[in-house]
This record gives sequence, C-alpha cells and structure tokens, in this order.
Amino acid sequence: MTAAAAFFYLFSAITVASGFMVIASRNPVTSVLFLILAFVNAAGLFMLMGAEFLAMILIVVYVGAVAVLFLFVVMMLDVDFAELRQGFQDYLPVGGLIGAVFLVELLLVVGSWAIDPGLVHGPLANAPGGETVTNTQALGLVLYTNYFFLFQVAGLILLVAMIGAIVLTLRERPGVKRQDISVQNARTQAMAVEVRQVPSRQGVEV
Amino acid sequence: MSVLDILLTVGLIALKSVLLLVALLVFIAYALLADRKIWAAVQLRRGPNVVGPFGLFQSFADLLKFVLKEPVIPAGANKTLFLLAPVIFATLALSSWAVIPLSDGWAIADINVGITYIFAISSLGVYGVIIGGWASNSKYAFLGALRSAAQMVSYEVSLGFVIITVLMCAGSLNLSQIVRAQDTAIGILGWYWLWLFPMFVVFFVSALAETNRPPFDLPEAESELVAGHMVEYSSTPYLLFMLGEYVAIMGMCALGTVLFLGGWLSPIPFAPFTWVPGLIWFVLKASFLFFMIAMVKAMVPRYRYDQLMRLGWKVFLPLSLVMVFVVALVLKLTGLAPVS
Repeated sequence: MTAAAAFFYLFSAITVASGFMVIASRNPVTSVLFLILAFVNAAGLFMLMGAEFLAMILIVVYVGAVAVLFLFVVMMLDVDFAELRQGFQDYLPVGGLIGAVFLVELLLVVGSWAIDPGLVHGPLANAPGGETVTNTQALGLVLYTNYFFLFQVAGLILLVAMIGAIVLTLRERPGVKRQDISVQNARTQAMAVEVRQVPSRQGVEV
Repeated sequence: MSVLDILLTVGLIALKSVLLLVALLVFIAYALLADRKIWAAVQLRRGPNVVGPFGLFQSFADLLKFVLKEPVIPAGANKTLFLLAPVIFATLALSSWAVIPLSDGWAIADINVGITYIFAISSLGVYGVIIGGWASNSKYAFLGALRSAAQMVSYEVSLGFVIITVLMCAGSLNLSQIVRAQDTAIGILGWYWLWLFPMFVVFFVSALAETNRPPFDLPEAESELVAGHMVEYSSTPYLLFMLGEYVAIMGMCALGTVLFLGGWLSPIPFAPFTWVPGLIWFVLKASFLFFMIAMVKAMVPRYRYDQLMRLGWKVFLPLSLVMVFVVALVLKLTGLAPVS
C-alpha cells in the first residue's frame, strides 16, 4: 500500500465518521464542529487528487467563512433538543420513506457509474499532476474563457441573494443617533467653539 | 521509491521543521521582550529589566511560570473543547510557517498554492478563539469570542483582496515566485510596497485587526471584557493562546515581507550588499514590520467596535476592490501583466 492510499483511507474514514457524528451528537455545537472536521478532511481528499487549489478554496470559503457564521448562530441559539425529539415517533414513517427512496436512488446512481475510458487513458489522464501548467492556471484558463458567461451569471445570482438578504433585514428605526465620521472630521474650530468677550459683572446670554 | 528513501525524506522534513520551530520560538521570545521594551520606551519606562542582563531572560522566566502553574478548568466548561481550543490556535499559527521562504529555496514546503494555504490557515485561526470562548461557559469569554470572530472574518475580506492585487502583479501563487517577481535592477524601489503603496497600508492595518493587536484588541479589552476569550484560561493553555497570538503576528510580518518587502532580496541590488545571506535580509525586514506593529500598540488609542467595523467594511473593502480593478486595468493597458 502506498502512502497516498494510506492517506486516502485515513481522510475518507474521518470524513465518514465525522459526517455520522454530525447527526449523532447531542450538542448542536459539537455537530457543527464535526461538520468542520468533515470539510477539512474533504479538502485533504481534494489535495490527494492533485486539486490543491480546490482544497484551499474549500477551506477558505466553507471552513473559514460559512462554518464560522454557522457556528455563530448555533452557539447563540438556545436549542432544546429534547423538545425537538418529541414528535419523533409520529414522523418516523414519512421520514423513513423519504430516506429509503433517497438510498435506492443513490444505489442506482452508484451502481450504474462508469468512468469514461477516454478520460483515464486520454490526454487528460495526467492533468492534475501539473507538470506543464499549475492547477490554478488550468482552472483560470477554462473558467474565464469557455465558461465566462456561466461564471458571471453565478456571480450575479450571489449578488441578488446578498441584496435580497439586506433588503429583507433592513429596518429604519427613528430616533437612533448615528455617527457621521465625515461630518465629524470636517468640523473646524469656528464651528465648534465660540469665543465671546464677557463684560465684567454683567455676564452674557448663553 | 524504496522504504529507506521515504524514511529519509520524512526524516529530513521533520528535521527542518524542528529546526524552524526552535529558531522561531526563540525569536518570538525576544520579539515579545522587544514588544514590551518598545512599549515601555514610548511611555518613558524601563520595561522588564530584572531577569538576566537588561531583562533578556524575561520571556523564559514567563514561560517557566506559566508551565509550572496549575491549570484551572471552570466547573461548567466543556473540558475537551476547553483544552483543545488553545492547542488548535497555536498549531494553526505555527503551521502557516511551513510555506514561508526564509531565503531562496528555504521553505519547508515550496507548494504552488502557498499564498492560498496561508490565507486558508489564517482563516481557520478564528476557531481556536470561538471554541475557547464558548467552551469556557462564561458570558465575558463568549462575548469576547463573538467580537473576535466577527472582527477576524471582516478583515480577512480586505486581506484577500490585497493578496489578489499582489498575485496579479507577480503572476504566481507560489511565495518564492512572488519574491522573485520583485527582483529587479532597482532594488528596494522595485518592491511592491512602493508600487502598491495603498495596498501595503491596507495590509498592515488588516494584519493588526486579523491578529487582534492594538488598536484593534477589542476581544481582549481589559476595561470591559477582562481578557475576552482568554478570561477563564490559566497556566499552559493560556500560554498556548499567547504563543499562538505572537506566532500569528510574526507570521503576518513574514507574509508582509514576502508580499511587499521583497522577501530575502537585498534592498540595494549590487555587491557587497548582495553578499549578505538572504535569511538576514528576511529577518531584518520582518523585524522592521514587527517594530512598526509594536509602535502602533504604544501610540494609537483603541478603536470603538462600530468604528472598527466601519473601517473594515466601508473603507477598506471598497478601497481594496477599486485597487484590484485599477491594478488589473493598468497591467492590461501597459502590457506589464506577467505572461505564463
């Protein structure tokens, strides 16, 4: 057994085990932490396949950003799991049916899976090795030429989703004091201080 | 490849890693001392001066003190996660050093996606903080962790754009290649700190925020949150958090050196300056950046949290986005873009 195979079994075993722990653990925070462990190991699997750029981006985007926000929400929510599990018996038949259908579909897909022989022995067989172009370059050359339109559309969808989320949560509250930095910085001595001559024993109107 | 070859390769990597680790930790012990000395000098104090001549052994005395004390674990804490958090934090901070080229070819792992690796590792550092704060089962620790996580995630965005700008100029994700791209006939004037000066400033400030250094040390604001996510920690776990923090700061200094200050290159590109080993130039440049960070700590008052968020999202993010666009446009129009 080569080192790569040993690492493959290590990473995939941890991925599957932590995937199981995500649904099995009692504490939601522990669930999210196991999910993160699964992400990191999936990145390790990408790395073994030679897709180093994808592995790093998986960590940056999913582990570094998405899962952090996930963890944020889960930590601040007061989830009572005993309450959530109350209706377990009632929902079991329907849930079990959906699960069974899903399992059969998965088995059908995996059973009829075949890798195109042209891919294994063809010109692309050694592509991930990166002897001529690096991974990042190869991705960029395809992404910004052949798939440029799809790339732009994906970006646009994300933008629309982002603006939608902002519009849904934005509320104007009257009576809230806000700081305007540019106004503060533009203040001069003349605007802030007024110097008056005070006549002796008379005072001034404020 | 025979078993012997594999063992030899693994042994060599392990040897290099241990060597780098020891050198780095000793360097950080003195960087910590320098940090305190600089802070003291600005405030007209002497700083630590009791242990050893001029207080030179102060950091080692601190180390012994932390290691010998009893670790206190709060009764309501999640014990596993509580102890795991500082280990994660310190390990992640150290592991980013694997790809940093200290001199030409002196990187433990000279990988193609070096800069993305550093970016990924530094984005993971937030987990040590957030897990530690949550596992402590304390309001103050949790609030500190939330603040810290929000801050680190926010400034990562502008840090990412800074890195992208440098990448466009260098044409490679490999850290050694980025340094070689700065190797021109005009020496110090050819490095990216001059050509991308606004981005250098954004990088410096973002690095301060990313490593929770003053003036952005809100997670540890003593006056309101006692010590933020570290409030329940004592002894060795606390030491690991502090160590991780300083390793991350030195890591940011090293990254700044590679991206903007020409890594191991000599500032004056002819003999006798080119005879000086690259490692010395690298250490000098990283130390210079660390000095700047220490001076900022001594001189700048702490930001308020809303000001911090405003700076990150409303000033740095648009500025770095515009710079990415401008740099790309200039590179395209002038034909200076690196061709692969």
